[in-house]
Amino acid sequence: MRAFSDLLDNLIYTRSRNGKLRLISDYLKQASDPDRGWVLAALTGQLDFPTVKASAMRNMAMERVDETLFKLSRDFVGDTAETVALIWPDNPKGESTEMPSVGQIVDELAAVSRFDAPKLLANFMDCMGSNERYALLKLATGGMRVGVSARLGKTAFALAFDMAVEEIEEVWHALEPPYMELFAWGEGKADRPDLTGVPFFRPFMLAHPLEDKKLDMTDYVAEWKWDGIRIQIVGTGQETKLFSRGGDDITPAFPDVADAFKSIGVVDGELLVRGEFQGGEAASFNALQQRLGRKKVSAKILTEYPAFVRLYDILFDDETDLREQSWTYRRAKLESFVPKLDAERFDISSILEARDFNHLNEIRDGARDAAIEGVMLKLRDSPYISGRKTGLWYKWKRDPLVADCVMMYAQRGSGKRSSFYSDYTFGCWTEGGELYPVGKAYSGFTNAELKMLDRFVRQNTLNRFGPVREVEKTMVLEVAFDSIHQSKRHKSGVAMRFPRISRIRTDKPAAEADRVATLKKMIT
Amino acid sequence: MTNAAHWIEPHPHGIYIKPADAWIDPSRAVSRALVTHGHADHARGGHEKVWATPETLAIMGLRYGTNSGCAVPYGDGFELGGVKISYHSAGHVLGSAQILMEYQGERVVATGDYKRRTDPTCAPFEVISCDIFITEATFGLPVFKHPDTADEIQKLLSAKEANSDRCILVGAYALGKAQRVIGELRKAGYDDPIFLHGALEKMCHLYQELGVDLGDIRPVMDTEKEAMLGQIILAPPSALNDRWSRRLPDPVTAMASGWMRVRQRARQRNVELPLIMSDHADWDELTQTIKDVSPSETWVTHGREDALVHWCALNQMKARALEMVGREEEDD
Repeated sequence: MRAFSDLLDNLIYTRSRNGKLRLISDYLKQASDPDRGWVLAALTGQLDFPTVKASAMRNMAMERVDETLFKLSRDFVGDTAETVALIWPDNPKGESTEMPSVGQIVDELAAVSRFDAPKLLANFMDCMGSNERYALLKLATGGMRVGVSARLGKTAFALAFDMAVEEIEEVWHALEPPYMELFAWGEGKADRPDLTGVPFFRPFMLAHPLEDKKLDMTDYVAEWKWDGIRIQIVGTGQETKLFSRGGDDITPAFPDVADAFKSIGVVDGELLVRGEFQGGEAASFNALQQRLGRKKVSAKILTEYPAFVRLYDILFDDETDLREQSWTYRRAKLESFVPKLDAERFDISSILEARDFNHLNEIRDGARDAAIEGVMLKLRDSPYISGRKTGLWYKWKRDPLVADCVMMYAQRGSGKRSSFYSDYTFGCWTEGGELYPVGKAYSGFTNAELKMLDRFVRQNTLNRFGPVREVEKTMVLEVAFDSIHQSKRHKSGVAMRFPRISRIRTDKPAAEADRVATLKKMIT
Repeated sequence: MTNAAHWIEPHPHGIYIKPADAWIDPSRAVSRALVTHGHADHARGGHEKVWATPETLAIMGLRYGTNSGCAVPYGDGFELGGVKISYHSAGHVLGSAQILMEYQGERVVATGDYKRRTDPTCAPFEVISCDIFITEATFGLPVFKHPDTADEIQKLLSAKEANSDRCILVGAYALGKAQRVIGELRKAGYDDPIFLHGALEKMCHLYQELGVDLGDIRPVMDTEKEAMLGQIILAPPSALNDRWSRRLPDPVTAMASGWMRVRQRARQRNVELPLIMSDHADWDELTQTIKDVSPSETWVTHGREDALVHWCALNQMKARALEMVGREEEDD
């Protein structure tokens, strides 16, 4: 337990990704089974103890500590688990009682009833110091909040056992915590886990931005890049699962799609919803957002935002692995695969008939569809390889939209930018002559420009709100963004997708910056 | 309102001793000030006459350029308007004092800020029995239990060992905490040079002049970047995320403060290495001190006064919160 609490504390204070990777992989190498597997599951959000609630923790604390003192402390600390961990009286017997292992704790938490949960936690806490108590409570109630994604956890595992992260990705989703088979394989004590009959995730093939390159259209094929969520559908005949690009299982959010897929195979495509204004065509990303992040979906949502998948590629046809084959070969297989699927829910991404590269550029410029982000270019001879390999796939986004906005607030960045004001909130003018915030950006500028903007913020601060500085409304920033949508959450009524600073317009007076009304005309 | 010690009046800007016509730690200029210690929220410039320990007067001299003051060494007493006044060590920072006042058979102690742990840079806290105990409560919540200082110093030294390709930048307040961190490092047997931000130099030199051994301390300003690799550097907390730190070789940001006990506080300051070191009493020490002093009444000046007053009530002790203003609770 101590090793886990040390790891958790170190993760809290470590900001860099590499630092976190090193900490986790060192832990995975040194800790023993099953503790390390449970910890990996806890860090990547795979653990849940339904009978252990935050209220159990609070009630348990109230039995040991005066209620008023607890409440005053909770107010000050701002986190119930941390308050309980800090305020819990240290056991006078101290180290004499043996501390339970992570494995023991997990076993007992999984078995405990709601009624007995507070007592169980209290017994554990009595043989721990405050750091271990904190780790225990975070483990029991979930939500580590230490910035570790599933991908980072897998990468740390790969680093620990000198494997490729793709190998881990291949088997990860078929395994359950505490991942004993995985560790045994990593340490060379066992073969790769057997996954026959299990619907699991295969790592995606990704694209590089095209930038200024020009490609020969005899070697490359072009198709639209749709603005939805890239997903993978894995069907075994008995079961179908949908995975996001990070390998998260998103099946529960899209039962309409999963239920409609009855075939055996693995396909790659873009999840979209049909928009009523688009005459049943793909709607903008904004509409899709209504369906994201839901654990359960209501019938109303299912009818209002019906989802479908536009297929790009096929990885497995029945049980045959096609990933070593060329794109041309896989495309032919995909074309015979799709007609067997429910046409309401699945279609095929069409190929753009471009005579040459310049013609493709014209096609790309002419795209007005809200759900089109740009075009994809794929090498005809290329196999399906996980990750981003140079020269195989390129994405060529539509030229961004731009607007001139006025800097309103600034905040310091993190990591190596922690001493610079590098996060800017900017606004546009209303008809009444007021500035309303329309977005926030923290990229797009050079280091020299960053220094200039940092100096501007320091010398033109009007107000400080904690870490945020309000500045003189004189700095005009040209902001580039991929698209803009209606938003009820923002005062201006609009929300930009992927805004970044494209130019600093020191030449432009603030009064000549764009109006909110102008932005609203760009809504797709 | 209590009848006890009717000759002492708490006001938002200080504690007034009527018969002596003098104020304890007034936050605005007065004619007669009794100052407990040199921190800016207790000692300010502009008073006509100041009574303080020789060390506190030296610190005020450095900060405000004032030289007129009556030096009152620990244990010495004097009389003012019939009130017998004496100064006793508080263990907070160099020169910090509790002020004992005796009048018409009543004994009142005002602690200023204090701690109970040993500190190589100042004299230890002295328990003085009294009728009315006027205490601080900066860390007056039961979540605050400062760990062993030696363990925190060990944490700092291990981080230094593990980061020979970086440097360790420790944020510490200029008066007291910075010197204590150095003193504790020396006590742990650490002899390497310790580098200082410019804002800490004068105070450290004053400590040395007053007889506190800080070993080999050097200004960052005169040092090459490479020479600070793997070294410990001290700076005021405001400099941690400032442009100043760009001159250091990839610093690991540490901070020595009692507030570091709360994780989110440490994270807010972008601290990678929190060192829980406080110059104030923690919860157990505050409550233990009240038990040790065993006054008939406890008055709480600043900090989390609600919680401490509530604790006194739970333990059948008389207590009240004074509404003081202008105390910088973040300074530790």
